[in-house]
Amino acid sequence: MQNVSKEYNGNPVLKDVNFKLGQGEVLGLVGENGAGKSTLMNILFGMDVIQQTGGYGGKVLIDGKEAKFASPLDALKAGIGMVHQEFSLLPGFTAAENILLNREPENKSVLSLVFGPRANTIDRKTLQKQAIEAITKLGVSLDPDMLVSEMPVGHKQFTEISREISKSAIRLLVLDEPTAVLSEKEAEMLLKAIKNLSAQGVSVIFITHRLQEILDVCDKVIVMRDGRIINELEAEKTSIQEMARLMVGREVGTGRIENRESRPLSDKVVLSVENLWVDMPGETVRNVNLEVHQGEFLGIGGLAGQGKIGIPNGIMGLYPAGGTVKLNGQPIPLNNPRTCLSSSLAFVSEDRRGVGLLLDESLEWNVAFPAMQIQDKFLKKYLGGAIKWRDQKAIEEVTQKYIDQLQIKCTSSKQKAKELSGGNQQKICLAKSFALEPKLLFVSEPTRGIDIGAKALVLKALREYNREYGVTIVMISSELEELRQCCDRIAIVTDGAISGILPATTPSEDFGILMVGKTKKEAK
Amino acid sequence: MERIKAMLRSFGLPRLIIAGFLLLLFIIAPFVGIRVGASITDTLARFGMNSLMVLAMVPMIHSGCGLNFGLPLGIISGLLGATLSIETGVTGPLSFLLAILYSTPFAIILGWGYGKLLNRVKGSEMMIATYVGFSSVAFMSIMWLILPYSSPTMVWGYSGNGLRTTISTDGFYSHVLKDFLQINIGTISISLGEILFFAIFAFIIWAFLHTKTGTAMTAVGSNPVFARASGINVDKQRTLSVVMSTWLGAVGILCYQQGYGFIQLYQGPMYMAMPAVSAILIGGATVNKASITNVIIGTILYQGIVTMTPSVMNNLIHTDMSEVLRIIVSNGMILYALTRKSGASR
Repeated sequence: MQNVSKEYNGNPVLKDVNFKLGQGEVLGLVGENGAGKSTLMNILFGMDVIQQTGGYGGKVLIDGKEAKFASPLDALKAGIGMVHQEFSLLPGFTAAENILLNREPENKSVLSLVFGPRANTIDRKTLQKQAIEAITKLGVSLDPDMLVSEMPVGHKQFTEISREISKSAIRLLVLDEPTAVLSEKEAEMLLKAIKNLSAQGVSVIFITHRLQEILDVCDKVIVMRDGRIINELEAEKTSIQEMARLMVGREVGTGRIENRESRPLSDKVVLSVENLWVDMPGETVRNVNLEVHQGEFLGIGGLAGQGKIGIPNGIMGLYPAGGTVKLNGQPIPLNNPRTCLSSSLAFVSEDRRGVGLLLDESLEWNVAFPAMQIQDKFLKKYLGGAIKWRDQKAIEEVTQKYIDQLQIKCTSSKQKAKELSGGNQQKICLAKSFALEPKLLFVSEPTRGIDIGAKALVLKALREYNREYGVTIVMISSELEELRQCCDRIAIVTDGAISGILPATTPSEDFGILMVGKTKKEAK
Repeated sequence: MERIKAMLRSFGLPRLIIAGFLLLLFIIAPFVGIRVGASITDTLARFGMNSLMVLAMVPMIHSGCGLNFGLPLGIISGLLGATLSIETGVTGPLSFLLAILYSTPFAIILGWGYGKLLNRVKGSEMMIATYVGFSSVAFMSIMWLILPYSSPTMVWGYSGNGLRTTISTDGFYSHVLKDFLQINIGTISISLGEILFFAIFAFIIWAFLHTKTGTAMTAVGSNPVFARASGINVDKQRTLSVVMSTWLGAVGILCYQQGYGFIQLYQGPMYMAMPAVSAILIGGATVNKASITNVIIGTILYQGIVTMTPSVMNNLIHTDMSEVLRIIVSNGMILYALTRKSGASR
C-alpha cells in the first residue's frame, strides 16, 4: 500500500499510510480504537463504505500491479479474504455447508436441462471433501457436520477462516480481532493455525488488541495512531511495553503534559460507586468501584467494549443497572434518569445523534429543554404556576450565550440541530448540560468523530468549566492522550471493572499496559 | 430558480397538485352552471364540521404515536355522550354542552387504555390503531343494541329497545353552532359559530404545545431517547397525548353531528378516520410533525375537493366520478405520507 489516505466528511482518518507485505508473512496491526485500522482494511477489501464516502487516495499494489476494487467481490477474486469481528454464518447449516456457501460443487440433474444451472443439485460428497481440505489446511480440529448453532465460539471462528481459505486463490487473509471472543486455549489453536497458513505461503494481516499474540505469531508489527503508521517493528525485537507506548501516545515528555499542574485532590468524595453492574450491549459493566472527589477531573479510559461507556449510561439510568451509587453520601436510585438529573448530575452522551440531540428541532430547544423540564427554567408562570409557558426570550438568550461562548458555527439559534457539523453538534450537547448547571458532569466520548479544531475547543471548554466553576467532571474517552491533557486522575477499565487508577502524569505506557489487561509485573 | 425549487419543496408537491386541482374546479364551476357562492358555503360548512376531528390528529403526531387511525374510539366516546345527552331529555344548546360533558369521562378512560396499548407496540402504532378503531366499532355495534336506552327519539319503533342506526339531533343540538353568528355575504353564508368553536380548540392546542408539558410531548415525538435521557416519562406523555386526541375526536364528532343533523351509530364511525388522516396530510403534516396551520389548510383543501368534485364532475361528464376521486385522493394521500415516513428522521 502506498500513500493511502482517506477522508470522511472532511475529517482525515488516514494519512500517507505505506507498508509492504511479503508472501507468507504475518503482519500484526495494532492501534487504539479510531486509529484507522478498520478503514485501512476496508480500503484493501473494497468495501462499499469507502466508495460511498468519496473513495480514497493513494494506491494499493498487488504483485506490483495496481489494484482498485470496486466491491468486496473483486477483492475476493484477487485472493483477499477477510474475517470480520462479527460472524457471518448461517446458524442452521453445518460447518461444511457454511464453508462452501454459494460455491457448492454441483451435480447436473435432469431438471437443470430445463431450468438451467439453478436446478443443479449439490454434490454432498465433494462438498464434504473440500470442506475437510480447508479445515486440514488450517490445521484445526473441526467437525464438518456440526451445526453452526451448536458450536462454541471458537469453532465458529474457525469455520469463518476455513471458508476464506477454501477459496482456491486465497493469498492474503485479513483477520480483524479474531481472538477477541475466544478463550485462551482456542486463541492458542488459532495462532497455531495462522502459523500453519503462513508456512503454506498465505500472507496474513492480523489485527488484535492482545499484544502478546502479536509477539507470538507475527513477523512484523505496524503500530497505527491517528491515521498514521507510527512505527514498523520487527516482532522479535520489540516488547509489549514498547508497542503499548507507541499505541497510546506521543513520546512522554513532549509539550504541555509535562507542564500540567498537578493539583491537590480534595478529600471530599462527591460520588461513590460500589459494585456497579450495567447491562449495556457491547459495553457491559461487571463490577465497578469508584470514588470521585470534589472538584476533580476524572478520566475513564480503556479499549472499546470493555465497559467504560457503560458506567455513565448505567448511573444515569439509560441502561439497566444495579449496585450502589451515592452522591454526597446520599444513595441515588438507579434506572431513573429524572432523579439523577434532579440531584444535579448531568450527562453528555457518546451517542450524539441518538441520545444527545433533538435533530429535527431548533438549537434553542436542544439547549434549553432539559433545564426547562428538570429545573423549570426558561418558563413564565401564569395563574399561580398552573400554566407554565415557554419563555421564548430567555431561551433565545441562553442559546445565544452558549453559541458565543463555545463558538458554535450556525446560521442562527433557530437552525435545526441536524444541520450542524459533528463538532458543533457536540458543543450543543455540552451547552445543554451546562444549562443544567450540574455539580457533577459525565462526559462520554466528547471528541468522537469530530475534527481536531473542534476537539481542542470542546476540551478547553470542559477544562474551563472544571477549573473555574469547580464542577466535578468525569470524562470517558478512548483517546488516552486527551484524558492525560485534561484530567487529574485516570481510571482504566478492562473487562467491566476498573483495572487501575493512576495520576494523569503517569507515563502513557503504564496506561497501555493496564488497558491490555496486564499488570506491570507480567509485562516485564 | 433554486429558491423557487426550495419553496416548492417546502410547500410539498401533493399539496400543490391538490390546491391546483381545487382551483381548477372553482374556475370550471361557473361554466357548467354551478354557483361558486354555494360551493364556497358548502366547503366552509364542511370545514366547520370536520376540522375538529382533523385537529384530533395533532397531539398524537406530536408525541410520536403517529396518525390517529384509532379515531373511531374517540368518536364512540362522542356517540356515547350524544346518546346519553338525548336520553336525559334536555333540549336545545344545553344538550350539546351536556353531550360534551358526558363524553369526556368515556374519552378519558378509553383514551387511557388505548394509550397504554400503544405504549406496548411502539413502532407499529398506526397498524394497531387501525385495528383498535375497527374492533371498537364492531364491539359497539353490539352494545348499541343491548344498552338500555329508552328515549323514543332514539330506539327502534317496533321493538322499543336498541338504538336506531340514524338518530336525528333535531330539537336537541342540531345546528347549534351552525346557526350561531351566521353571516351572509351575497350568496356566501359563513357560520362563524362553527369556526369560532374550532378556533377555541385550535388555540387551546396551540397554547398547550407552548407549555412545559407540551414541549415535553413534542420532544418525546422528536426523539424519545433524548426525552428519556432528559428525565421525561415517555410513556406518560404518550398516554396523555392519546387521551387528548381521543377527547378531541369525541368533541369533533359532536360538532359534526350538530352540522349534519344526525347521529350515525353502528358502522358510522368505521371509516371516519381516513378523511381526517388524509386531510391533515394534505395540509402538509408528516407522520411526526404537525401544526395547526396544517390542520386548517388540509381541511379546507380536502373538504373543498369533496364538495366540488361531485357537482363539477357530474355536470361536466355526466357520470358519478366523485366517489372514486375522493377515495383516490384520501387513500393516495395516506399512502404517499406513509412512504415518506422512512425518509424522515425520527
